Amino acid sequence: MFEQLKTATPLETVNVTLDGVAITLPKGMTLAAALLVHGAYPLRTSPVQGPDGPKQRAPYCMMGVCFECLVEIDGKPNQQSCLAQVRDGMVVNRQDGAPDIKGDRT
Amino acid sequence: MTSHEFIIIGGGIVGAAIAEGLARQGKDVGVLDEGDVAIRAARGNLGNVWVQGKGAAYPAYADLTRQAALDWGALAERLQAQTGIDIHFRAPGAVYLCFTDADLENRAATMRQANEKTAIDNPYEMLDHAALARMIPQIGPDVAGGSFSAMDGTANPLYLLRALIQSTQMQGGAYYPDSGVTTIREYADGFEMQTAKGIARARHVVLGAGLGNATLAPQLGMFGGVRPVRGQIMVTERMQPFLPCGTNFIRQTVEGGCGIGESSEEAGFDTGTTIDILAETARRATRAFPHLAHARIVRSWGALRIMTADGVPVYQMKGFGPDGTSKATVVSVHSGVTLAPFHCDALARQIGALALEPDIVKSFSAERFDV
Amino acid sequence: MIDLIIIGAGPAGMTAALTAQECGLKVVVLDEQLRPGGQIYRNVLDTSKDTILGPDYFDGRTLAQRFLASGVDYRPGAQVWRIDDDGVCFTGPDGASILRARHVLLAVGAMERPVPTRGWTLPGVMTAGAAQIMLKASGVVAPNAVFIGSGPLLFLIVAQYLRAGVAVKAVLETTPRGNYASALRHAGGALRGWRYVRKGMGMLSEIRRAGVRIEKIDSYTLAGRDHLETVDYVVAGQARQIGCDTALIHQGVIPAVQASLSSGCAHDWNAAQVAWLPKADASGRTDKDWLRVAGDCRGIAGALSAQLSGELAALAIAQDQNRVTADEIAARTKRVRAKLNTDNAVRPFLDQLYLPRPDLLAPTNDDVTICRCELVTRGQIRQAVSEGCPGPNQMKAFTRSGMGPCQGRMCGPVVTQTMAAMTGLSPAAVGHYRIRSPFRPVTLHEMAQCAEAPDQKAT
Ligand SMILES: Cc1cc2nc3c(=O)[nH]c(=O)nc-3n(C[C@H](O)[C@H](O)[C@H](O)COP(=O)(O)OP(=O)(O)OC[C@H]3O[C@@H](n4cnc5c(N)ncnc54)[C@H](O)[C@@H]3O)c2cc1C
Ligand code: FES
Repeated sequence: MFEQLKTATPLETVNVTLDGVAITLPKGMTLAAALLVHGAYPLRTSPVQGPDGPKQRAPYCMMGVCFECLVEIDGKPNQQSCLAQVRDGMVVNRQDGAPDIKGDRT
Repeated sequence: MTSHEFIIIGGGIVGAAIAEGLARQGKDVGVLDEGDVAIRAARGNLGNVWVQGKGAAYPAYADLTRQAALDWGALAERLQAQTGIDIHFRAPGAVYLCFTDADLENRAATMRQANEKTAIDNPYEMLDHAALARMIPQIGPDVAGGSFSAMDGTANPLYLLRALIQSTQMQGGAYYPDSGVTTIREYADGFEMQTAKGIARARHVVLGAGLGNATLAPQLGMFGGVRPVRGQIMVTERMQPFLPCGTNFIRQTVEGGCGIGESSEEAGFDTGTTIDILAETARRATRAFPHLAHARIVRSWGALRIMTADGVPVYQMKGFGPDGTSKATVVSVHSGVTLAPFHCDALARQIGALALEPDIVKSFSAERFDV
Repeated sequence: MIDLIIIGAGPAGMTAALTAQECGLKVVVLDEQLRPGGQIYRNVLDTSKDTILGPDYFDGRTLAQRFLASGVDYRPGAQVWRIDDDGVCFTGPDGASILRARHVLLAVGAMERPVPTRGWTLPGVMTAGAAQIMLKASGVVAPNAVFIGSGPLLFLIVAQYLRAGVAVKAVLETTPRGNYASALRHAGGALRGWRYVRKGMGMLSEIRRAGVRIEKIDSYTLAGRDHLETVDYVVAGQARQIGCDTALIHQGVIPAVQASLSSGCAHDWNAAQVAWLPKADASGRTDKDWLRVAGDCRGIAGALSAQLSGELAALAIAQDQNRVTADEIAARTKRVRAKLNTDNAVRPFLDQLYLPRPDLLAPTNDDVTICRCELVTRGQIRQAVSEGCPGPNQMKAFTRSGMGPCQGRMCGPVVTQTMAAMTGLSPAAVGHYRIRSPFRPVTLHEMAQCAEAPDQKAT
């Protein structure tokens, strides 16, 4: 399980909504890392079903290559959380299977 | 050396369908296909079994298409029973989307005309915006309406191709990848072909090589009048189902991804894409379904349609050898998915019997281009 | 009008930008990260972790500072997703747009080699590089993780963890024993190579001194229900098990070729690096005149070589745009090439020493997932091969491998090598996925944005 380095200077935190629940996360931290530390883990289920149902997934590469870290950010599905930074007021939802793309959010 | 009674040149949807039909009749069949990187329309299309409006000015083609659409369900079932591959055939109908009232009026005229001289009727309905919105709630405000035909369907062309090749092999047919044919000539009482892997000989040949027919068929003095017409296609990631039926330029697959494409360009053999066309296609797609603005595209490519001068199929058979009993058949069509049932049943039967039926000859021979 | 678009602000991209600017070129640098540095110098301007990361890391600080001070048009947070002769499309903080220039230089670096084994898709299994990125960028670590794999970077990251006071449960090393002997045959590089090896040995003893268990293993699998629970492995024929919630895997890095593949330039299979590399001359000229490559994305060679190859590429572009004459740069080019040759001399040795075990490149168990996105197993690949599937592209069509959001980045190299192992053909003969734009997923909205008056945006 992931944790913040004990020696690191504590970061300023901001308010984020995760799956409808208000939490605080370190400001400016890579979102995927912050979610791992928070314990939001596994991060999503695969859109493709295996023989025994969908698969649990979590970030793998942290460098934008594997696309395992997809979350919905501020209404936009399938965002790579390893390339995003924690911002105040961010609304993050974990995804269950393929995203439901609805409504006009442009 | 490879030798068969029938050799099919081309392992795309057209060649594979004919091979499958011949193999099922117990014929000795071999399919000569190109390698992994080939210009394959089979791999490039959206998988529409498209009926409405097709052959509006060519009733025989409209009827051929309609009969094929009616036979599609049985083909899908048969192939699944045989190979275990679900080719995702669905027939929920399809809408042709019109953005303006003028488009809608033109469309209505086309649909009327398309039913005028045909033997098989294509029932349809003209929908205004409100009617369309009841059917597909996500439809954008800019869409004026469309024509709906319940006969239209969709399938997964990739699985169709795989099932056809597998079924051919299961009935004793042979599939030869990496064996693209460069030249063909008469030889003894049959044909000889030079392939990337050596010589192949056959008593009868079928030229189903897509755009490859343009260079191969003339070597036998047959019809090579096909040219590439590019369509740029984009595919999105999987998403939850929202499209209950097909449309003319967007369709959602059973897996959940959307295929989007509508361009028609003369671009030679270039299978690339251009940003201006991709951007315009994306813009129109989001006008049709505004929520798609947030759907992510994972791939795009240029698919080359195999076009005859009038867009209508050519089926041509010619006798060779001392007594003319060795037959070469040229098949040049652009809607290989839609016509698959015809190709692996009726057409394969006629090719197996070494004679095309008179109504096929009358409507689809190459002679119509001779002026 | 822009003269040169550089994609990537790592050592290669930053050096190329500085050199090109010196030669009078108008340069734009695009990078998806928010700060310059690339992978090795990620977050390099932050000094808080210097003692953990070691001197190799802050070597890059001066470069990054010079780069930022140079006034080069640097656009962070810009994800490039299409590179073709009609422009470079990217999505930045203000949406998507398109830029055009006479030359495009790819300096997009490397990615970690995908290592498909049983259980590698389980949450809790990550790359060792991922752990390092989290350490550098976020100060986030995984105590009591098991490190598995081979290569200098693996030991470097373990050492960095230990310096940070993070407990490491075990290091399971997979380097095949025979590699040491065959690596020594590269006489040219062996002498210099030993210095690397000694540096590695130093790290190894640092790790041993810390009391971390290091085992040379023959094979391993990762197991668990919804997340990693155990690592099962074999040492000298004996089965063993460690319980753990995090395994960090590493088998070296490979060039990131998605961008170069998508633009259609030719690539060769490089047997020594076990990877596809864009075909390019010493100055990074590909078979498309407008497209150039530098740094790790043209072949893994490390940070110093990346800088040198960036410099060479920029000089060649300046010359090809008639900003400098061949004579003016002859001496400099010669000097840089000589340094590059010296730095590269050790590569054959290192490539051979850390050549991954064959079964980690092409799995041998049918139940191993090869395509993570579409859940395609080795068994499905084998079935399609037996039906006559001629290559990776038909494979994609038949099984959907490579059709998910990662666009074949993870499964591409594995499918090639697995098909090669199954058919007895060389990977070069098997070929690779044909990669198309967008080589990163983009929304239809972003795609549509690129329709608007591209020529005005270009200036
Ligand atoms: C995970 C990892 C950890 C490593 N750790 C070490 C280490 O500790 N020590 C060491 O000596 N070597 C390390 N290496 C190797 C080292 O990174 C390389 O030798 C060196 O960075 C190569 O420099 P470069 O400029 O070629 O590429 P990079 O430094 O990788 O720079 C490439 C840049 O391109 C950007 N980019 C990529 N794709 C796009 C796109 N589509 N759009 C916009 N921008 C894009 C990236 O964000 C990145 O900033 C590591 C490599 C990896 C992959
Ligand atoms: S963790 Fe791999 S893409 Fe984000």
